Amino acid sequence: MNELEHPTGDPYGAKDGKDLVSGITVFPMEPHVLRKADIDPKAARRAERQVAAMFTTSSLMIILFIVAFVVIPNTTIITVPVIGTVNANHLATGFAFGMAILLIGIGAIHWAKKLMPDVEVTQERHSLTSRDDERQAVAESFARGKAESGFGERKIIRRSLLGALALFPVPLIVLLRDLGPLPGTRLRETIWDKGIHLVTDATYRKIKASDVPLGGLINAVPENLLEIEHDEGTLNQRGKASIIIVRMDPAEIVSQQGETWDYQGILAFSKICTHLGCPTSLYQQRTHHLLCPCHQSTFDLSDSGNVVFGPAARRMPQLAITVDSEGYLVAQSGFDQPVGPSFWERG
Amino acid sequence: MSTTQDSVATPANTNAAGKNGGVATFIDDRLASANFTKRLLDKVFPDHWSFMLGEIALYSFIILLLSGTYLTLWYNPSMTEVVYNGSYVPLKGVKMSEAFSSTLAISFDVRGGLLLRQIHHWAALFFVAAISVHLLRVFFTGAFRKPREINWVIGTLLLVLALLEGFSGYSLPDDLLSGTGLRIAQGIIQAIPLVGTYVAMFLFGGEFPGTDIMGRLYSIHILLIPGLLLGLITVHLIMVFYQKHTQFPGPGRTESNVVGFRLFPIYMAKAGGFFFVVFGITVLIAAFVTINPIWLYGPYTPSQVTAGSQPDWYIGWLDGAVRLMPNLETSLLGYTISWNIIVPALVVPGIMFTALGLYPWIEAWATGDKREHHLLDRPRNAPTRTGLGVMALTFYMILQIAGGNDVIAAAFNLSINSMTWTFRFLLFALPPIAFVITKRICLGLQRRDNDKLLHGYETGRVLRLPSGEFLEIHEPIGDAEKAMILGKADVIPLELPAAVDANGVRNPKAAKSIMRAKLSRWYYSDVIPTPTDEEMLESANHAEHELHAAQSNTKEIANH
Repeated sequence: MNELEHPTGDPYGAKDGKDLVSGITVFPMEPHVLRKADIDPKAARRAERQVAAMFTTSSLMIILFIVAFVVIPNTTIITVPVIGTVNANHLATGFAFGMAILLIGIGAIHWAKKLMPDVEVTQERHSLTSRDDERQAVAESFARGKAESGFGERKIIRRSLLGALALFPVPLIVLLRDLGPLPGTRLRETIWDKGIHLVTDATYRKIKASDVPLGGLINAVPENLLEIEHDEGTLNQRGKASIIIVRMDPAEIVSQQGETWDYQGILAFSKICTHLGCPTSLYQQRTHHLLCPCHQSTFDLSDSGNVVFGPAARRMPQLAITVDSEGYLVAQSGFDQPVGPSFWERG
Repeated sequence: MSTTQDSVATPANTNAAGKNGGVATFIDDRLASANFTKRLLDKVFPDHWSFMLGEIALYSFIILLLSGTYLTLWYNPSMTEVVYNGSYVPLKGVKMSEAFSSTLAISFDVRGGLLLRQIHHWAALFFVAAISVHLLRVFFTGAFRKPREINWVIGTLLLVLALLEGFSGYSLPDDLLSGTGLRIAQGIIQAIPLVGTYVAMFLFGGEFPGTDIMGRLYSIHILLIPGLLLGLITVHLIMVFYQKHTQFPGPGRTESNVVGFRLFPIYMAKAGGFFFVVFGITVLIAAFVTINPIWLYGPYTPSQVTAGSQPDWYIGWLDGAVRLMPNLETSLLGYTISWNIIVPALVVPGIMFTALGLYPWIEAWATGDKREHHLLDRPRNAPTRTGLGVMALTFYMILQIAGGNDVIAAAFNLSINSMTWTFRFLLFALPPIAFVITKRICLGLQRRDNDKLLHGYETGRVLRLPSGEFLEIHEPIGDAEKAMILGKADVIPLELPAAVDANGVRNPKAAKSIMRAKLSRWYYSDVIPTPTDEEMLESANHAEHELHAAQSNTKEIANH
C-alpha cells in the first residue's frame, strides 16, 4: 500500500480521547478563569472608563489635527532631538492623526479583552469533501451537458471553435506593437563621431588637454548632446554617450583598446557599466580602477578597461580621442562597439 | 407561517430583530441572507498572536489603497522636462521631469502631502514584510497542507505581485535612486535571450529612459497590479472563511473542531481594533521617521548615480544575487547570452518562487501524507520541514546581506572583493549546515518535551537525602502543556514495496516506489515518538514514590 488511506466514515471524529485522523490525545478544555472585571463591578467600571477615555482622546486628537493643519504654516521647519530638522506641520498633523487612529484601536482591543466574554467556544468543522453520490451527480450533469451540446461528437465544430479561440487573443498582442520602435541599431550607436568635442557634463564647456590634471577624472558628454536632448526631449543619448576622462602617466598605461587612442596619457571611456548600465563613478587614482557603485564591477582603466572584479563580463568601451588645432579634446571617431549592458543580438 | 407572512415583513418581525432590523429586513427580503449572516456572526476563530501577521498584511494593503488614492490627486506621471520652481530651495532652477517635480510638490507644497507619501511608503514596506513573515508562519506550522494548498499558491502569487507593485511604485517619483533601480531593471529585461531587446524597447517606448515609462508604470502600479492583488486577496480571505482557520493543538482542540472566539463581537472588536492599531502606528512612524527623502537624491539623469545605492529592502536579495554571480557571458553564433544577468535575476528567482508555490505538493509527495490537517504542527515536531525552511531562509539571508555588501564593506572597512568571495562560498556552505543544526535543535526540543511529560518540570527546589545525595523536585506539567506536547500527529512513513509480488512477478514500479519510500523515511527519520500511556503511568508512579520516600526523611535545603 503506497498511499495513506483516509479513515472511512466520519473523517474527523475523535474516539476514546484520541483523534482518529492524527492519533493525537485530546484533552478536555481547561476550566474558565474569571477576570477581575467579571467579578468586581468596580474593576469593570474602571475598564469602561479607560476605554471611553481612549475614544474621547481620539476625538480630541482629530481636533488637534485640524488646528495644526490650519495654524502651522507648511514652511515652518523645526529641529527636534533625535528626529532632526522636520516640517512642523507634517510632524504635528501626523502625530495627531496617528494618535487618533491608534487610540480607537487600543480602545477597541481593551474593550474586547476586559469587558467582552472571554469564554472560548467550540465549533465543529464541516467536511470539505463532497459525498460520493454528490460527486456522481455532478459528473452526470456534466456528461448530460456535454452530450446535449454535442461537443464530443461534432468534431468539426469543436476543432474550428478551438482554432478561433486560439487566434482571438492575437489582436490583443498585435495591438501592443506601437508601444515602442523596433530595436534597429539604436543600442549600437551613440552620437559620438569624428571631431566632436568632449565637453564637461554639467556646464558643456570644451576641455583643453592641458587643463586635465594628472590623476584627475572629468565627467564628459559630446558637445552635440544639449541640442539633441532638446530636440528629442529625452535623456536617451545621455544614457549612452556619457564618458569619463582620466589622465595618467603614459608610462603607467599597460594597454589600450586601440593604438594611440589616448592623448598624452588622457584616456576616455564610456561611463555606462557594461553589466547593467549604471553610471560608473568611483575612480581610484592610485590603481586606476573604476568601480560601479551598483554591483561593484571593477575596470582597470590603465589596462584597456578590462574587468578585474565583479559581475560585469565585458571591458569598458574606450573612446579614441585627440585634440583639435586649439588643443581641445575631440573624438577620433565614435565608439567601435555598443556601450552599456548586454543584449541578445549584441554578438 | 403562512405564505403571506413569509413574503411580507410585519412590524412585529422588525421589532424582534432590534433597532437595526429595518436594514437587516431590507437586505434579507432581497438576498435571504439571514442564515449566512448568522453563521458569519457566530463564526469562531482561534486565537494566537501569529495569526495576526496576515492581518497586518491585509490592513497595510487597505492603508496603501487609501493613501495611494490621495497621492494620485497630485502626482503627475509625465516625463516632460520642467524647470523646478517650487518651495524646496536647493532644487530651484533644476531641470527635472514633471513626475519628480509633482512628487516634490506633494512633499513640500501640499499640506499633509509628505505625510501621505510617507504613510504610503512605510505601509508598502510593512506590506511586503508582513506577507513574508506570514508566509514563514504558514510554512513552519504546516498550515499549507491539505486542504489549504490552493491558498498557499494564491499567497505565493500575492508575494510576487507585492514585490512588483512595490518596485513599480518605488520607481514613480523618478528620483536619482529609483531611476538607477529602473536602469538595472531595464538592463535585466534587455538581457533576456531572444525577446529581451524587443520587450525592453516596447516597455520603455524605445531606449532607456525614454519618455513613456512613468505613465506605463503608473497604470501598472495603480490599476493592473492592485486589481489583481484585490481579487486574489478576496479569494484568499473567502477560502480562510470557508475552510475555517487552522489552530494549534491544545485542550479541547481536535482535527474536527475550532476553539476560539466568535467573530461578533470579539473579533469585530479585536481585529477591527487591530486595523486601527496598524494604521495608527504606520501614521506615527510616517510622522516621525523620514523614508525615501527624494529631495536629497535629486532628479534622475542616466549619467549620475549615488554611491551606496540601495533598493528597498524587499529587492535586496535580488540585488545580492546579481552582485554575487561570477561574470559569465557566452557569445554564440552572433548572439549574446548573459549568464551573469539571467541566472541571478531570472533563473534563481524563478526556481525559488516555483519551489515555494509547489512546496505543499513536494512535501505531500515525499511523505505520502494525503490526510487533511487542521491542527498545526509545532515547528519542532516537523524537523525536516523546519530544517528545509531554515535552509531556504539562510540562502535568502545571505543574498540579502550580499545586497548590502558595499555598505557593510564601507562600515567595517572590509575588502569588497574578499567579502564577495566569502558570500559566494557561504551561499552554498551555510544552508546545509543550517539544515542539520535546525533539525538537531528540533529533535532536542522534542526530547525535552518528552522529558517534561515523563518527569515533569524542574521546580528549582533541591532536596538533600540522608545519604548526602541531592535531588531536585519535579512537578507534573499542566494539562494545557500536555495537550500542546501530545498534539503531535502520528507520522507514517511509506512502506517499502516488495520488489517481487506474491506470485513472484517483478514489480515494474518497484524502483520508483522504493525511492519514494526512502524519501518518506528520510523525511520522517529521527522522529521521536511521544511516550506511551504505560510509560507515562509508570513514570508518574515512580516520581510519586521517589518524592514520598525523599520527603519523609529529608529536609529541604534550597528553595529558589
